[in-house]
Parts: sequence; structure tokens; C-alpha cells
Amino acid sequence: MPIETVFEGKVKYIQVIDKDGNADEKLDPKLPKDLLLRMYITMVVTRMFDDKALKLQRQGRIYTYPPCLGQEAAQIGSIAALNEEDWFFPSYREHGGYLWRGTEMKWMFVYLMGSELGMKIPEGKHNFLVSIPIATQTLHAVGAAWAAKILNHKVATMVYFGDGATSEGDFHEAMNFAGVFKTPTVFLNQNNQWAISVPRKKQTAAKTIAQKALAYGFEGVQVDGNDVLAVYRATKEAIDKAHRGEGPTLIEALTYRMSHHTTADDWTKYRDSAEVEQWKERDPVKRFRIYLERNGYWNEDLEKKTVERATSEIEKAIEEAESMKLDNPEDVFMYTYSKMPPHLVEQMNELMEYLKNKS
Amino acid sequence: MPKMNLVEAINATLFQEMELNDKIVVMGEDVGVDGGVFRVTEGLIKKFGEQRVIDTPLAESGIIGAAIGMAIYGLKPVTEIQFEGFIFPAYEQIVSHIARIRTRSHGSYKCPIVLRSPYGGGVRALEHHSEAPETLYAHVPGLTVVIPSSPYDAKGLLSNALQAEDPVIFFEPKRIYRAFKEEVPEERYTIPFGQAKIVQEGHDVTIITYGAMVRVSMEAAELLKEKNISCEIVDLRTVSPIDTETIISSVRKTGRCVVVHEAPRNLGIGAEISARINEKALLDLKAPVKRVTAYDVVTPLPKLEDFHFPNAEKIINAVNYVMGF
Ligand SMILES: Cc1ncc(C[n+]2csc(CCOP(=O)(O)OP(=O)(O)O)c2C)c(N)n1
Ligand SMILES: [Mg+2]
Repeated sequence: MPIETVFEGKVKYIQVIDKDGNADEKLDPKLPKDLLLRMYITMVVTRMFDDKALKLQRQGRIYTYPPCLGQEAAQIGSIAALNEEDWFFPSYREHGGYLWRGTEMKWMFVYLMGSELGMKIPEGKHNFLVSIPIATQTLHAVGAAWAAKILNHKVATMVYFGDGATSEGDFHEAMNFAGVFKTPTVFLNQNNQWAISVPRKKQTAAKTIAQKALAYGFEGVQVDGNDVLAVYRATKEAIDKAHRGEGPTLIEALTYRMSHHTTADDWTKYRDSAEVEQWKERDPVKRFRIYLERNGYWNEDLEKKTVERATSEIEKAIEEAESMKLDNPEDVFMYTYSKMPPHLVEQMNELMEYLKNKS
Repeated sequence: MPKMNLVEAINATLFQEMELNDKIVVMGEDVGVDGGVFRVTEGLIKKFGEQRVIDTPLAESGIIGAAIGMAIYGLKPVTEIQFEGFIFPAYEQIVSHIARIRTRSHGSYKCPIVLRSPYGGGVRALEHHSEAPETLYAHVPGLTVVIPSSPYDAKGLLSNALQAEDPVIFFEPKRIYRAFKEEVPEERYTIPFGQAKIVQEGHDVTIITYGAMVRVSMEAAELLKEKNISCEIVDLRTVSPIDTETIISSVRKTGRCVVVHEAPRNLGIGAEISARINEKALLDLKAPVKRVTAYDVVTPLPKLEDFHFPNAEKIINAVNYVMGF
């Protein structure tokens, strides 16, 4: 008997706008102007927020900050394809995602200033918390999607994670559950080429991250993650598919972490500045702006106004965050259980007594 | 004699032991090119190469599980987990395998892995980066849990771990990584496990502590001295095994005991110490054993962090309590 090939896989790569801003007519999703502008403006605001946060950290006004510079298209292109009822499961770098999903900037600053108060979810929003333990959130997104399926809701979930995260067991368990139970989940991988100092090629011997989906029995696609329309296009298809009950999708958005891993990191230790320079040419914000200008949707004047508005919005958010009282000692104990058990009441009294006698 | 901080002392020990034992491999996330996020493994890759200093994929269970295979094959893996809060994916490998391999094989196999990890709070870090989980390891039979309080001790204890026949969890208090320097001999020396150190002698009250809290306790003792209260400070150095003998003989002398740790109180090391004192020195006590610990809550973010952890004042209050009992 001849030897047969029992499996062959293919992974598509999608780019809509090339690095010089030229759009492929056939692939352009031709989104309405107001959506395009909202996406662009959020990308600009995200970048300004990012820049400001970095400066605040250097001034000692916030704690460790993970910048998202360079990943604006990967974040906004994907999150914009989500419906309000769909769920957003971030890692720790999705500042753009939070802004799109209606988290007020002041709360983001409050969190970065070292208070859990900033993590309160705005009423009615289907946003989940920042997840620092790598890849753990992928399972949560699968579970929430599964619940939606069990309850017959037309709701999908989308989870963000990095290239490094694909090495963790949790990621593979999440992918497997999603495949087996056909959950309406979109796995949005931001492959920004680095996991702190470890390059993507040291995480996996596979050519793409997208192809990992094939082993779990569903589709994986790769997109130019610095092309907001390519990201949107792929995500929208995946979300629509999820809503139709046709199961999960893995999207690998090829992008680049232009800045440090966090403010505690120094990338000059492990990567070439020539590599960083190269990626500058593929800047996602600049590219999108050219597209909008060519369509007559954007100009210098609008840009200036947007920057002015965002500057004052950011300043106001910082002012509000900094004027809040965030060191209420009772808060140490308030949220551990729904009802405070006696030993915590005792410990709280102990702390209050200590503080009273101190002053 | 060179003066070193904790990071430098651990780094120097790794260099020295790797030179003496070519079976030692260092592995973990960012330990190679980057030299570790705290620079503890700085320079090792240059000296010993990529075969022995390995930047692994981002997978703690992978790191620790593979290290088990390496260890039973005959290597001596030193695994770094980037922060204490990220060991959990590997907890199964630690509890279900590392700790049991000797028992289950009736001694035919050993698993002398050293698991190093930055530990503890007080550095204004992100969530999951300020934990004190020693009880979770000290409670597991088969593990040795080391928490040094100084560069000198760190070298001797790590050197001992690198020559040990059994697995060691080596927690490095990040609060004191660069807090102070002291003289650390260049020549090799070891400090045995289960041997506490009397940091300072005293006769009124015994303060039992370890890790970064040793310095905080010394600060409290200094202030108490002005009030004519003399504290004996015992640094456990290993929280498993615990040096019962040193504890009991000190408490017999002072009759009073305060235990200080930055881990939560419930089932913490303080509870175990208190129980041992009850069992062995109850009638020598002039006051109940008092615990100064973090509270039984999730470690708060920086705005509330200072309320949560022990400090010199809280220790002084506890000492005053046992003195006035
Ligand atoms: C379980 C776990 N291990 C280690 C870490 C420490 N750590 C934080 S971010 C990071 C790299 C993550 O890389 P990647 O998944 O590519 O995401 P990126 O930071 O590039 O967005 C590491 C190792 C962690 N947060 N959680
Ligand atoms: Mg990455």
C-alpha cells in the first residue's frame, strides 16, 4: 500500500495597506468613515497615553509600565471588530484595547499609580482584568465563550497574548478546549517578536504561530499586525464566524515592540538598534494616516485638533487620578471575601489601632 | 575581602560553583543574554556558553519538568523562575515529582535541582511580584527552603545547595538585592541547612525571623535598646528544615518570643515556630508568642503595600506587648 499524506496545512498571510500606505482595492474592507476615524483617533490617543505614561514613570509618578508603542494597529484593528456584548480578555499591554472599550483614562492611571481601584470594571462592560501571569487568560476566554455557547448567547470572546505566551501549557490547553468544544473564541496573538530578551525564534521552532491552530483542529491566519485594516479584516471574519457558531480562530498579528518590555527593562542589552530602525518604517499609525488622507478623510488640521484634545484629556485624567485618595487602610481588607471573616476583622482592627497610636 | 551586595554574592557563587562542577547548568527565562531581569546571572553565558546557560521558552512547567529529567540523568540544574509569583505552572512538577523522587524510588534516584527565585515585597512592584509563598514549599515533605538575609549567608547557603543531594528552593529577598554590601570571602565556604544564626544576642525577648525581615528586626532592636529592652535576633536562614534547637534554647533564656515574617499569618512559619515553642518550652514562657506578619490578604498594590508588611514600629509594638504581658 502506498504511503499517503494524511494531513497538510496552510496558513494565509493578509496585508491590506502596504508599508507606504497603498491599499489593496480588493482586500480593503471599505469601512465607514466614522469607524475609520474612531479607530485612527484611538490609535493616536493610545500612542500619546503611552508616551505620557512612560514619562510619568520616569518622574516617579506611576510604577512599572509596559509600553505598547508600535502595537496600536494590532490592538485597535482587532478590538474594533468586537461587538459591545463580546468579551475582551487582555494581557497587560492592551492599553489601546481598554481605551476603545470605554475605560476612562483616569482609572488606567490609578491602576498604574498602584491602586486596585483602577481595575474596577465600568458598569456593564464586558472587559476582564489585566492578566500578568502569562497565558492564563487564554483559558478564561475559552470558558467565557463556552458559557455563552451553553446559554445560547450570540456572544464571542477575544483574548490577547504575546509570542512568549504560546510556550506556556495554558495556551495549549486553551487552544485544545476551544477546538474540542468549538467555543466562540478569537485568539489574538500579538507577535511583537520579543518576550523580554528572548526572540520569537527561541520560543518555537515552528515557522508561524498561526499554524499551531491547525494542530488543534481550527483555522489560524497571519496578518500584518501593523496594518490596521488587515487586522480588522481578519478579526471581523473570525468574530462573525464565532457568532455563527463555527468555532474558534487563531490570529497571529505580526508586529513589533518598539519600546522596552517595561520601564524596568533595557532593550539595548539584547537587541540591535538596526532592527528597531527597520520596524520604524512600518509604523502602524503613519501608515493608516496616509490611507485616510488619500481617501480625503484626514488632514493636518484634524490631526492638530486631535492632538490638542487628547493632550488636555490626558492631563485632566492625570490630575483627577493624582487628586484621589488611594491609601485608605481599610481597603487592604475590604475585598478579600464577600463578608469579612473574623480573623480579618481582627487584623484590620490591629492595623487601625497601630495607625491611630502612630500619629 | 571584596564587598558585595546580594546580587553580586549570588552571581559570584554561581561563577565559582560552575567552574568547579561542569554538571551545573543554569536555565530560565532571560537568564542568558539579558543576565536575568535582576542581573543575577549576568556574565554567565559569556563564560560558560549557551549549552550551560540556557534561555528557555516562556514555560515554567517546561523549565522545571525538563530540569527533573536532566537531574536524574546526572546534571545539576539551577533553574531560575523570574518571580516567586510565576512558579505556579511548575508547582505540579515540584510537589508531585521533585519532592518525591527519592521517596518513590527508595533512594535509587535523587533530584538535586536548585530552584532560585526572587522573593518578597517592599519594592513597589506589579501584581504577583511581591509575594511571600514560603509556606507553600516548606509544607511539602522532601523540599528544603532557603531564604538568606545577607550576601555572606547567600554565598554559603547557595554553595551548599549546589553541592546538596536533595532539591532546594532558594528564595532571594528582592527588597535586599541591592540594599547593602558586606564582605564576602572569595574562597568557597558552605553554610549547612537547618542551622539558624544568632544575629545579635540579648536577654529580654527573642525575635525569630528570616530574609529581608532580619534587617527590619535589627532596626527595631536598635530602637528598643534605647528603651533598655534587649533583643536576641535569630535568623532561621532555612524555613525548612527549621532549627528547633536554637529557637528553644534562645526562648528558654529570654522567656519571650516575637516571630516576624512578610508572609501572611495563617499557617505561616510563625505558626509552626509558635507550636514548637509550646511543645518544648511552654513553662519557660512569660508571655504568649506574638506574630508580626503580613495580613491574610492578597498582597496589595504599592499604595497600600506599606500597611500590609511588617515594619520596625509594628515589631516594637509586639515586643512591648510581650514585655508588658
Ligand atoms: C507565568 C509567568 N512567567 C513569567 C512572567 C514574567 N514575564 C512577564 S512578561 C514576560 C514576557 C512575555 O512575552 P510575550 O508573551 O511575548 O508578551 P509581550 O510582553 O511581548 O507583550 C515574562 C517572561 C510572567 N508574567 N508570568
Ligand atoms: Mg512578545
